[in-house]
Amino acid sequence: MNHSIALYLLVAAATIYLIRMLPMTLIRRDIRNPFIRSFLYYVPYVTLAVMTFPAILSATGSSVSAWAGFLTGSVLAYIDGNLFRVALCSCVAVYLAELLIH
Amino acid sequence: MDEKRVNRSWFFRGMKDGIPIALGYFAVAFALGIAAKKAGLSAVQAGVMSITMLASAGQYGAITVIAGGGGYLQMAVTTLIVNLRYLLMSCALSQKVDPGLGMRHRLLLSYPVTDEIFGIAMAVEGRLNPFYNYGAAAVASPGWTLGAFLGAAAGAILPRRVENALSVALYGMFLAIIIPAAKKNKVVALIVSLSMLCSFLFSRLPVLGQISSGMQIILLTVLIAGAAAFFFPVKEEENA
Repeated sequence: MNHSIALYLLVAAATIYLIRMLPMTLIRRDIRNPFIRSFLYYVPYVTLAVMTFPAILSATGSSVSAWAGFLTGSVLAYIDGNLFRVALCSCVAVYLAELLIH
Repeated sequence: MDEKRVNRSWFFRGMKDGIPIALGYFAVAFALGIAAKKAGLSAVQAGVMSITMLASAGQYGAITVIAGGGGYLQMAVTTLIVNLRYLLMSCALSQKVDPGLGMRHRLLLSYPVTDEIFGIAMAVEGRLNPFYNYGAAAVASPGWTLGAFLGAAAGAILPRRVENALSVALYGMFLAIIIPAAKKNKVVALIVSLSMLCSFLFSRLPVLGQISSGMQIILLTVLIAGAAAFFFPVKEEENA
């Protein structure tokens, strides 16, 4: 089946707007249920981990440079944790690794 | 006091606080634009996606679905799962505004609920004037959109090596979110490792490998976050 990009964008935009809009207009109170709160707390970590690995390994020109970016990012995130520094250093690691192998 | 003048001053204060956010957004959105281009989106489509969604991981999830040729339902469910945290933020924000705030403002205020704008809005003392968020969004949203547009457009003229290097920027950011959290919280460390392991197995094993990447995100998130919430419920103070 052929999918239209415009329709994809519409579905994604409508869904994300509803997620943000419904609590603001309808719920208007805190979610107290401990299971739901815990679930919502854990969700971003699982999705980000699933989206990062192993996708990062095929994001660059070679698996060697990808591993360099992944390991640099992981170690620096552990030590430092600043979003933009970690992202930048991962990029630099990939760039240097690709310079070395080619 | 003159209400219009108060609103205007909140708008400008929001714009001022939105400037550093816009600069960061520009850089991240640029990397997102490159990913969008790889999935087959044009620069205009990447820009439209950015201005309508205003979400990094959320857009990356959507790009994953497009790249994998998933269905529209899968797009809706993936977007729902990846952006669930905004539900919590909107709940919190709805407590922060005047309970009598009109529907028009509530509908507008719902658009720029992002990690960063939510962060600065919750840091405002007392009740939140919605014009503060409008001001921040008026600066941050164009930065985000322009970044994605240029990333998708310039991807073609950048040297291959630079494009490859920029491709990992987004993953670097994701790592900078999950790893410090894992360092602080053993349960988060456990679920992050488990998530990466499962997603690796999904990509390598014969039957599981058939499942599209958008569907993998949905399945693994519901299963792993669900199990973690069941076995390790979060205490109130950690969850704030």
